[in-house]
Amino acid sequence: MTSITPTGKRIWWNEPIEKGELIWIGIIVIWGIVLTVMMPAWHLYGEQNLSTETYRTTPAMYQEKTQKMVDQYTIRTEGTRQFPVVAPPVGSDVYLIARLWDWWPILELKEGQTYRLHLNSMDWNHGFSLQPVNLNIQVLPGYEHVINVTPNKTGEYSIICNEYCGIGHHNMVGKIHVIK
Amino acid sequence: MSNSSEFRTCPDTGLHIDRPAEKLMKANAVAAVVFLLVGGVMGLGVGLTRWPEVHLLGAQNFYTTLTGHGINVLIFWIIFFEIAVLYFCSSTVLRCRLAMPKVAWGGFALMIVGALMNNFAVWKLNSAVMMTSYAPMPAHWSFYLGLILFAVGALVGCFIFLGTLVIAQKEKTYEGSIPLVAFGALTACIIAVFTIVSGALVLLPTFLWQLGLISTIDPGVYRLIWWAFGHSSQQINVCAHVSIWYLVGTIMFGARPLSEKVSRFAFLLYIAVLQVASAHHLLVDPGVSAEWKMFNTSYAMYLAVMASMVHGLTVPGAMEAAQRARGYNNGLFEWLRKAPWGNPTFSSTMISLFGFGFLGGITGVMMGTEQLNLIIHNTIYVPGHFHATVVLGTTMAFMGITYWLVPILFRRELILMPLCKLQPYIFGLGMTGVSLFMMGAGTMGIPRRHWDATFADTSMPYEFAASAMSLMSLNGLSVVLAGLGGAMFCLLIVGSLLFGKKLGENEKCSYPLIVDAVTDEQYDALHKTTKNTIPGTMVLYTVFLLAFALYYFINWKYLAETWGLS
Repeated sequence: MTSITPTGKRIWWNEPIEKGELIWIGIIVIWGIVLTVMMPAWHLYGEQNLSTETYRTTPAMYQEKTQKMVDQYTIRTEGTRQFPVVAPPVGSDVYLIARLWDWWPILELKEGQTYRLHLNSMDWNHGFSLQPVNLNIQVLPGYEHVINVTPNKTGEYSIICNEYCGIGHHNMVGKIHVIK
Repeated sequence: MSNSSEFRTCPDTGLHIDRPAEKLMKANAVAAVVFLLVGGVMGLGVGLTRWPEVHLLGAQNFYTTLTGHGINVLIFWIIFFEIAVLYFCSSTVLRCRLAMPKVAWGGFALMIVGALMNNFAVWKLNSAVMMTSYAPMPAHWSFYLGLILFAVGALVGCFIFLGTLVIAQKEKTYEGSIPLVAFGALTACIIAVFTIVSGALVLLPTFLWQLGLISTIDPGVYRLIWWAFGHSSQQINVCAHVSIWYLVGTIMFGARPLSEKVSRFAFLLYIAVLQVASAHHLLVDPGVSAEWKMFNTSYAMYLAVMASMVHGLTVPGAMEAAQRARGYNNGLFEWLRKAPWGNPTFSSTMISLFGFGFLGGITGVMMGTEQLNLIIHNTIYVPGHFHATVVLGTTMAFMGITYWLVPILFRRELILMPLCKLQPYIFGLGMTGVSLFMMGAGTMGIPRRHWDATFADTSMPYEFAASAMSLMSLNGLSVVLAGLGGAMFCLLIVGSLLFGKKLGENEKCSYPLIVDAVTDEQYDALHKTTKNTIPGTMVLYTVFLLAFALYYFINWKYLAETWGLS
């Protein structure tokens, strides 16, 4: 009986499984358990677990909160388009706007300190992709996602967009400075 | 009752072929290859644009081409071919007349109309929204309607398949349980019904939204339901190409499954868990809890991954046992060395098996792990992964079986046999490069669906590591090689249909299309000499598991180096 012939009168479900095959299935099951356990284990012992704190919001509400932060903590402007560079206090709520086709404003954070970074899109889906550390988070309109970030090294980081968002998608680049 | 004059018996394989089913299989297979050609050409355009030194297309053309590429090859080529596979696995394998062939033609027509309408929307109605068409980014309503019509047509095909199973059972065309290949196709069909219903749930409201009848579409809910459709459709592919792997084991080696029980249970696991595990697309989305993500990706134990790992063991294992029973019993790998590597059906299948397992399977688990997804999501690693699963895995399996089906269904011999022998290696090598280089570049952060990762026109440009850009150039070279292999396939198949040596209805092909099944006596003799009939497969499998484990923990190490998140 091959894979294209019917089983006929054979009681196939009573046929024994070869021992070698069974051993390997056992190994596969154990590996499946390892793969599964790693995720909760990382929640307990790892340092990269994405927060799931999320709020409903609207573009107007989010714009207002972001503008307030920008007005309060802007330290300088940068680039040809004079983007504000904002240095919010350690541990505070930091707002980042994703929109066609900017990440706004530029942030300046301190190494080893934790911030409540809010992400939200004003229009379509965007992809927060922090380089060169390659940290990637989906950004949706209407969903204000609050993640606790702790930059681990000083330097200049870029946020590129890695969710397709129309013709200007490839020009959507923002910046985060991490200082001592 | 079945009308015996509707059947013919294939002189090469002894298969009992229902003529109305045969016509439908031919039509669906030809449509599939045409869409493969169209989508493949677009893929070449995409690859050449992402090759930094070439950068072929302009931005708008690039995004349009990328949208068309995804839909034409990932949806149209594959599903047309799967409908042909479903008809083969019901009507031909069960020696049964096809249920309602006229309705089946109606389904086929709907699929054609839908596919053309969608392509028109992408190219002419400003709907370069990518295959995923994430709301609220709008496409023209005909973009969604085209997909809906196509899906309804495919659903008709699914019910024709199920109807044929019912007829076969009623008319007693077989005894006992349906063959394993038909069983695998049945799981594909069941998952397809789930998939298409999910597709309707997400595309109908989106279509009505574009007509102005619904005011908003929630972007998070859209992604949730879209992926119940988008990911499940990949599970149809897995069931279909795993069925073809088993089929190839039988036609090339006369192999029987190592254990019906194990293989069928593994197929059942796909239905039970795989298609709902599409939550792994939302691992870095807002609005879903960590528990929800962990449970829905793993179903407490990565059951779907385990199912594929079981097939990955039993398919080559069945081939090995059959070869050993035939006398290729020396050492660990004589069975593999003496396999028909010059037969494109076999070589395609082996590349499919290894590519799907080593490249596609392992990397899929990385992306489907809650935290590891943070360093992979939406980078070009993702298309790297699914070019291993869908192209090396599914497309190569379909190409391999097409070489076998041409003389059987179309009664034409293959033309230019030396090129047919070469084609799977060229396409397989090119696509392996595409997959590996994209995954390498993705590990370094290169984004997917992106026209210019050099950021030449940006006010705050970011410069990727030179090595990442070199990987993109190597990817471009691989795309050219894969494009050559893909073009060879389309030309060889279409050429064979038009110019292949004609075979009369009862004339045998000049080369054998199926080998005799290994007999019980041969298997018994093998079992007497050895307790372990698959030592070679076990060695290969050990290598696979070690690679899997090593790569898995390397990724955790990468993750540990990025910013802290809590």
